Amino acid sequence: MPSPQDRARVRNGWLLSAPALVLLAMAAAGPLLVVLVYSFLEAGQYGGVEWAFSTDAWFGILFSKDIFTDETMLADAHLAIFWRSVKLSLLTTLITFAVGFPTAWFIATRAPRARAMWLFLITIPFWTNLLIRTFAINEVIRNEGILNSLLLWAGVISAPIQIIYTDTAVLIGMAYVYLPLMVLPLFAAIDRFDMKLLEAAYDLYASRLQVLRRVILPIVKPGIVAGSILVFVPSLGAYVTPRVLGGGKNMMIGNFIELQFGQGRNWPLGAALSMLLLVIVMVALLAYVRAANKGAGHGH
Amino acid sequence: MDRSRNASLTSDETTAGPGVTVSIAVEARNAVKAFGQGEAAVRALDDVSVQIRQGEFFTLLGPSGCGKTTLLRLIAGFETPTSGQILLDGKDITADPPNRRPVNTVFQSYALFPHLTVAQNVGFGLQMQGRPRAEVADRAAKMLTLVRLDHLAQRKTSQLSGGQQQRVALARALAPQPKVLLLDEPLSALDLKLRKEMQIELKRLQHETGITFVFVTHDQEEALTMSDRIGVMSAGKILQVGSPRDIYTRPANRFVASFIGETNFLPGFYAHGQVALAGGHVPVAAGTKEGSTVTLAVRPEQVRLVAADAPGSLPATVRDLVYFGTDTHCHMALSDGSEVVARLQSSVSGEAGLEPGARVGLVFTEGAAQVLED
Repeated sequence: MPSPQDRARVRNGWLLSAPALVLLAMAAAGPLLVVLVYSFLEAGQYGGVEWAFSTDAWFGILFSKDIFTDETMLADAHLAIFWRSVKLSLLTTLITFAVGFPTAWFIATRAPRARAMWLFLITIPFWTNLLIRTFAINEVIRNEGILNSLLLWAGVISAPIQIIYTDTAVLIGMAYVYLPLMVLPLFAAIDRFDMKLLEAAYDLYASRLQVLRRVILPIVKPGIVAGSILVFVPSLGAYVTPRVLGGGKNMMIGNFIELQFGQGRNWPLGAALSMLLLVIVMVALLAYVRAANKGAGHGH
Repeated sequence: MDRSRNASLTSDETTAGPGVTVSIAVEARNAVKAFGQGEAAVRALDDVSVQIRQGEFFTLLGPSGCGKTTLLRLIAGFETPTSGQILLDGKDITADPPNRRPVNTVFQSYALFPHLTVAQNVGFGLQMQGRPRAEVADRAAKMLTLVRLDHLAQRKTSQLSGGQQQRVALARALAPQPKVLLLDEPLSALDLKLRKEMQIELKRLQHETGITFVFVTHDQEEALTMSDRIGVMSAGKILQVGSPRDIYTRPANRFVASFIGETNFLPGFYAHGQVALAGGHVPVAAGTKEGSTVTLAVRPEQVRLVAADAPGSLPATVRDLVYFGTDTHCHMALSDGSEVVARLQSSVSGEAGLEPGARVGLVFTEGAAQVLED
């Protein structure tokens, strides 16, 4: 039974945090609400919106109407973009995990001072502008770039390999950009891992592969899940990397949304796509929370 | 328990005497383990050879850093020797990795798998060996009954007390029925009462399973009460191997004598079957080189107090009396000032009216004084 003092303390707590709450509502919930409302309006002729209720935008995510016959058909171009976005984001997550896990293991098993240095090195790219880093990748992989020049010079290839403006280029870029987001939570999980357990498992007849599968991976799972979400979510909404490295043809959802607000002049569709992206991310986050709770069952 | 059997085995150190065949479970042959390179290399194990017998409770006893854990890790396979061999049932296993050795370890920190239940922890080894699921479950349940934890089978290990975790670690290591069980100071994290309980528990488990136990500890009392035989280690070497009684009553050198129990060390001179001390002579067993300076080692409970002028006694002066309940320690000085401690029953010392400054005579129990060559 809460006493009057307790209730007063709760009330004062709310009052004191009111300014922060108002700010949060305006900065976070407000814009989201605007996007949600816009997704249910009609597109203006030259951009912007007409203040009339319409579900055309939501309909337009999956279907399009033929302008001549007025026939409704599946918007397979849109689906291709969604599919590419999800596919590239999943692949990015896989690649960053494959590279990030050994890296995080390596760092976590160094002496404390060396560990701090390695972590510092991992985070250095964060200090540079994303656009600049992406153009640096461009410089490496473009047809006259460093990679192709080297391979040509070494005689490995006779003509430049087309990497730039392909899905591979986008993948390379995203994996590079988001790698630290995978390494850091993995490091945190591996750092807490009791290395004695390796000896215990090895002593109890587990092969090296079994030690990895039956002991290491299940115990560091919360780190794997956290890293995967941290990579997958921004990959799905990536804009700069596919724009610079993928060119105009290899759009992802982020570029597609931008297109609607720019040349496409279909703000409601852009808004609906943004909301859809948000929903996908929310679902991914929910999955994360559930997986993390399962993993937290052993006291992490 | 089975002291009589072991007493017969331990009557001789290296050969079990005529007619008695003793099979050797584990053997280290000239095992050397050096850490580091060149000049800076440290020999954690310095040419150690030891034979551990089938079914015995063998304890490696020594101060921290003496190499006892390193020897255990060589047997487990976590370390490979710099030179020398490890044999299991007479077979050279030096090159085998830990998962190919029928040897299991109970770790000091228990190292239980936090993501598995108690039953899954216990079944882990069998599961990795590829045993059928039903057998794994059945055997895990049996092991948990053996360590009296069957009611906690479905708990997570983080929900257990220290003593319970200890039992899980034991059950987990015993479940695959190893040829040898290695225990690395498993009781050091427990409080005194629990430790006493687990000592009895360990002896019981060893007796019931018949598995060879190799137990590492720095606690001499633990070693004396639990072991069939003890190997005393210091600075990477095994100094003496023997039954607890051997080690206690006939320590091979000064280190063993001082590490195990309390001992009076008295400087003396050996000649004609006697050691000359300040104020008298003590007859000892022959065998020492004539005319050498020696140290006489006598346990405090082997020192008796007699009248000051009794024949054959050493004159001494009482310095201090320390009361321990049942016993009283009587600190005395010989005529040259060297200190001797006698452990007396409190009832006796009280009646004798001892007090600091009193002049008394000392007699050692016959055959109790050991000559240690300097």
